[in-house]
Amino acid sequence: MALLRIARLTLRETARRKLLIALVILTVIVALLTGWLFHKLYSLPCGEAPHLHRCTVATMDLAAATLLILLLFMFSFVLALGAAFVAAPSIATEIESGVLLSIATRPIRRSDILLGKWLGFAVLLALYGALAIALEMVILKVAMGYAPPHPVAAIAFIIAESLIVLTLAMLGSTRLSAITTGIIALALFGGAWLAGITGEVGQLFGNRTIENAGTVGSLIMPTDGLWRGAIYNLEPLAVILGQADLGQRAAANPFFVLSAPSPPYLLWALAWGLAVLGLALWSFQRREL
Amino acid sequence: MAAPETSGAVRESYAIRTVDLVKRYRTTTALDGLTMTVGHGEVFGFLGPNGAGKTTAVKLLLGLTRPTAGEAWVLGRPMGDRIARRRVGYLPELFRYQDWLTARELLALHCDLAGVPRAEQPAQITDTLELVGLARRARDRIGTFSKGMQQRIGLAVSLVGRPDLVFLDEPTSALDPVGRHDVREIIRTLRTRGTTVFLNSHLLTEVEQVCDRVAIIDAGRVIAMGTMDELRGRRDVVRLRLGGVGPGALETLRRYGDLEIESGSYTVTGLMPARVPALVTELVGLGCEIFAVEPRSQTLEDRFLELLGGSNGAAENRPPHPA
Repeated sequence: MALLRIARLTLRETARRKLLIALVILTVIVALLTGWLFHKLYSLPCGEAPHLHRCTVATMDLAAATLLILLLFMFSFVLALGAAFVAAPSIATEIESGVLLSIATRPIRRSDILLGKWLGFAVLLALYGALAIALEMVILKVAMGYAPPHPVAAIAFIIAESLIVLTLAMLGSTRLSAITTGIIALALFGGAWLAGITGEVGQLFGNRTIENAGTVGSLIMPTDGLWRGAIYNLEPLAVILGQADLGQRAAANPFFVLSAPSPPYLLWALAWGLAVLGLALWSFQRREL
Repeated sequence: MAAPETSGAVRESYAIRTVDLVKRYRTTTALDGLTMTVGHGEVFGFLGPNGAGKTTAVKLLLGLTRPTAGEAWVLGRPMGDRIARRRVGYLPELFRYQDWLTARELLALHCDLAGVPRAEQPAQITDTLELVGLARRARDRIGTFSKGMQQRIGLAVSLVGRPDLVFLDEPTSALDPVGRHDVREIIRTLRTRGTTVFLNSHLLTEVEQVCDRVAIIDAGRVIAMGTMDELRGRRDVVRLRLGGVGPGALETLRRYGDLEIESGSYTVTGLMPARVPALVTELVGLGCEIFAVEPRSQTLEDRFLELLGGSNGAAENRPPHPA
């Protein structure tokens, strides 16, 4: 099947271009650094009660949960950046260089080419995201004895976030240059994050206009909404309850959320992804090579 | 998408048929009513100056771009059709391949995409690499190849799947004289296999040496089409270098055609090649010394320049030169 052949080719390209090995080395370095940090933190005397030598389990869990969320924020950023970097040139530079001419004239559909590339990158992002994040979670468990409440769901949300960026960058790549597409995808990713915070600030001050602006932002680019799903699944119940006590003030912290994304919002994110992928297929189908 | 004057049977009797194919970009017209036919098993030369619309025509036939107007059929199916592409190979003018693949891997990829059964692939890849002279570099990455070798591997890519029709767009642009010779030999091999070759080129000698039929296009229109002999034009001019020419011999020469004399060289126009031996016999009988008899025909280059000069770059459609 041509689609799977193109997907395999895409994966092989990332390996041949040494992207895989670079990711593995960087992840191992980050894992070693975070392992050392977690271990150090765990053996530090507790600031609140130095005479106890160690903090309470609840305090340590809170610290560990916060660290994990910050760490995974970095991973979600790396995944989104990676998605934009691999997808933005995927069609654009192959059109520019002429590589696509001999492929597109084979007895295959244009959709096989685009979906094959998408699938290859999606497998790469999903595998890397799952393995790297799982590794960090294992290290945290070993070093500090902490495990997040819903690790699999959290990983799924972060991967879904990167797939949104991937799909958008594939669409851009069918018409725009790699640089333009990359910048647009990352600007929207960053913009969505800011929109999420804006919405919460609006909520904090009870300003409906600002809150709605945030909501519109999270609908235009659903990455931040999905990131919030990841945070929610990483927070221990105690943290959520503690934050809930703070009421609206909790909303001002961009690394805590009080509720999971609603099912309609998740459906919206799915529909968004499918629609943008459909648009990319249509655009590529009509593109003159 | 059926042309009213063409039945399915007529369409399928050609490897390629185009009817009034037009391709306009925003400000330019790349093809302006291209009408031509290419028969099965022909080596067809598609000649024209840079920017005449040669590559545009190939891209339309392969479905890489869409026409503004007109129709075309490739191997009996509408242009760009996926099923027809199963039997088509293509070497683009702008040849670039995945430079991180080895030559063998690249051909395996194209075998897969062309639907060549897995069991047949190894032998076919080896044969094709052998044919283009890259057997020794099979396991080297394309990125390490010279430009000429990249064009050779491009030719190999166009030949996997043993296509019935091969489009070669300027296939020797990066090759040295040995490489050009090799490509001509490959085209001749394809002809013996019955493969139709559509050769886009502006190298007249190359076309002259391998093509059965030629179309010359300019400003997006066919300005002449025919066999090489038809295109070269007049073949009724003979130049003789003679000694001892008396009045009788001169009269004989005038009987065979219009005579032009220039320092010992006698050019007779209107003398068909079949009548040359009779003339020579008469001249010998009249005591002439014969040093040379040269039937003269126009080179393709002469004809090409004449046609382009005549078309003056305008979109005036000329009828094919009479046979």
